[in-house]
Amino acid sequence: MPTLFFYFFAILAISGAVALVVFRNPVSSALSMVASFVGFAGLFIGLNAYFIGVIQILVYAGAIMVLFIFIIMLLDLKKEESKKFPITTVIGALLIPGLFMLQLVGIFGNFDDKKHQALDLPASAEHYQEEAPKIAATLSGANGEAPSLPDVNLIGQKLFTEFNFPFQVMGILLLVATIGVVVLSKRSPSTSASDQ
Amino acid sequence: MATLHEYLFVSGLLFAIGLAGVIARRNIIVIFMCLEMMLSAANLTLVAFSRFNTAETGLPDYDGQMLVFFIITVAAAEVAVGLAIIVALYRARQTVNVNDLTSLRG
Repeated sequence: MPTLFFYFFAILAISGAVALVVFRNPVSSALSMVASFVGFAGLFIGLNAYFIGVIQILVYAGAIMVLFIFIIMLLDLKKEESKKFPITTVIGALLIPGLFMLQLVGIFGNFDDKKHQALDLPASAEHYQEEAPKIAATLSGANGEAPSLPDVNLIGQKLFTEFNFPFQVMGILLLVATIGVVVLSKRSPSTSASDQ
Repeated sequence: MATLHEYLFVSGLLFAIGLAGVIARRNIIVIFMCLEMMLSAANLTLVAFSRFNTAETGLPDYDGQMLVFFIITVAAAEVAVGLAIIVALYRARQTVNVNDLTSLRG
């Protein structure tokens, strides 16, 4: 059954990606990209990365795609995509990624495949017994529920202890990006006079 | 269950499709979307390695997922700035077709 889900979401992600490249209309491209990102989120959840799967939906399929569709609507791009793809770029677009895939498959032969192994949650609980008793309780099922992976708690614990400094740098990055966007989208007085 | 190679193959294929889009498409917004696809494919690789190479606690190696978290944050900031630049470009040149943007061609 999990294998079936893997193939379903993998095919969803790949067909969404192909549709993104092939569709002429940018709005169709953007919507097929949403489908692709839902496939990605399914693959992440299949890998026990529940938090990453959820923020994939929230950030990519939610925030980023709305931004894209908003800009497509703002610029009114429908008439732009009427030209055919030139044959040389199509050959380049098939050849270079094709070579990349060949190289990747060649690398697979050089290292051993790993089987998917179920997580032994109660056994790993003892590592968290001292520093995070609640995480250990969820892992071992001591709180009366079945043992489960407290994905968000584990990521949060790592983020605020080991990765605290990068986390704060990321906050500054987002602030700088916000200010940059405001500065970029503000019309300077000289250009706005010529535009109107 | 799917093996590590299958996940890496899917993620490599998605990266390749994104790369093909970046090469073939002429609309700068679609090129930008294909770049996002490539970033997400790299995220899938990181999460797959994080799940298949368990840490000494026996749980997935969360260092990989932290990197994915930061990549998604940077991607969000990048999209915001990039789209603002595209809007500014469209205001200046009235086009989003990369064939018409040849000022830097030697």
